[in-house]
Amino acid sequence: MPTFVYMTRCDGCGECVDICPSDIMHIDKKLRRAYNIEPNMCWECYSCVKACPHQAIDVRGYADFAPLGHSVRVLRDEEKGTIAWRIKFRNGKKDMELLAPITTKPWRKHIPKLAEAPPPSKEMRDSQLLFNEPKYIRMDDGGLHTLQSNGLEIKEGVQY
Amino acid sequence: MFTTNHFSGLSASIPTAYMQGYIILMILLVMGGTILDMMHKKSAKYFFENAKKAKKSAKRSVGGGERAAIAASVLAKEVLTSGEFSNPRRRLSHLLTMYGFIIFAVTTAIMIFCYPTPAKATPAVLPALWHIGALMLAVGGYWFWFFIRVDVAAEGLSPFRFERADLFILSLLATSTFALIWSFTGGGLTVFFALFILSSTVLFGGVYWSKFAHMFFKPAAAHQKRIIMADGSRENLPPDYDLTDPEVQRRFPDIPMYMGKNPPNMGLCIKAERAKHY
Repeated sequence: MPTFVYMTRCDGCGECVDICPSDIMHIDKKLRRAYNIEPNMCWECYSCVKACPHQAIDVRGYADFAPLGHSVRVLRDEEKGTIAWRIKFRNGKKDMELLAPITTKPWRKHIPKLAEAPPPSKEMRDSQLLFNEPKYIRMDDGGLHTLQSNGLEIKEGVQY
Repeated sequence: MFTTNHFSGLSASIPTAYMQGYIILMILLVMGGTILDMMHKKSAKYFFENAKKAKKSAKRSVGGGERAAIAASVLAKEVLTSGEFSNPRRRLSHLLTMYGFIIFAVTTAIMIFCYPTPAKATPAVLPALWHIGALMLAVGGYWFWFFIRVDVAAEGLSPFRFERADLFILSLLATSTFALIWSFTGGGLTVFFALFILSSTVLFGGVYWSKFAHMFFKPAAAHQKRIIMADGSRENLPPDYDLTDPEVQRRFPDIPMYMGKNPPNMGLCIKAERAKHY
């Protein structure tokens, strides 16, 4: 179910217009507030919902994670580096909350400087590994990380 | 010039009763336009239905004392200092326009009703305030119109194409501009006075099509927004968690595991840059 804008809360800042990967969030020419120009093309990525500083955009969530008529709302706090979700069923009794980190380091300060990395040697170019692959998949500190090497195991059935 | 009451000078050409009648007519137009606007947009109905829905999902009840404290903070923050604007330039421009308009409108009414003729000397402070109000209105308004208002150039709209929604700000700008020009050219029954009256009539008469009425229902909406935060309904939004709270860390163990027990301020990400609308 596509996104929609509560026009009374929107101030036309344009964050949703900038972030929409489908380019379907636009500013209304008359009212100068955001709206979804093509709901059929919205794939509910929630980018605009999370980016809106006034929580003015909402989505009617799918029925595959809660019965229809529920509310799913999100609060992205970039200064705290977290995202909070709240899913409330239509009967109002089941009310679930989730909080998760979206970054563990301050934004814009730990961008890998790939241009400064030494160029790959001939052996590296001829090998089957990609640039920085042993380091990035962490094979250089004791093999590939697996559930087993981390002391975890797959449990049968759906886990909550 | 700044200390001249040009309305008393007009009394030689226009009877005082006509000027006072015009002010009353404008007040009636604003009241009528606001009521019609609210009936047409059903803002009051939407507001009360929303409030009822929020009350149903409230987690606790808000007492009378707390409500009064919320009303006081709405008055101090949203009403008097336009605190609902997250963009500081927009907030400053709104404050200039709002206080400029109030000073301008109130001093106009005082001068017309209390000092309508040269027989009764006008205190110099009133015309001075009238000019300051009009200047504030013009500065805030032009700043908004040329630099702050939502840019729709990316939508292919020419900056010279006007919509009915622009009626409010344009008539407001015209009122303050022609009022100042009329005063600077010495007042009297001139073409600038006619333009001043025409633009103010459009401003107050166009309330039904403009957003003038927002000054009446915005405070109510701001109050309701604070009530839903206080009663826990929060329009179904998740709470604003304190990441250092041990109870929050116990409920959501990913937070201390990946961010530590006292997560730093991560700074701004997409909000570090202003949206460019593409």
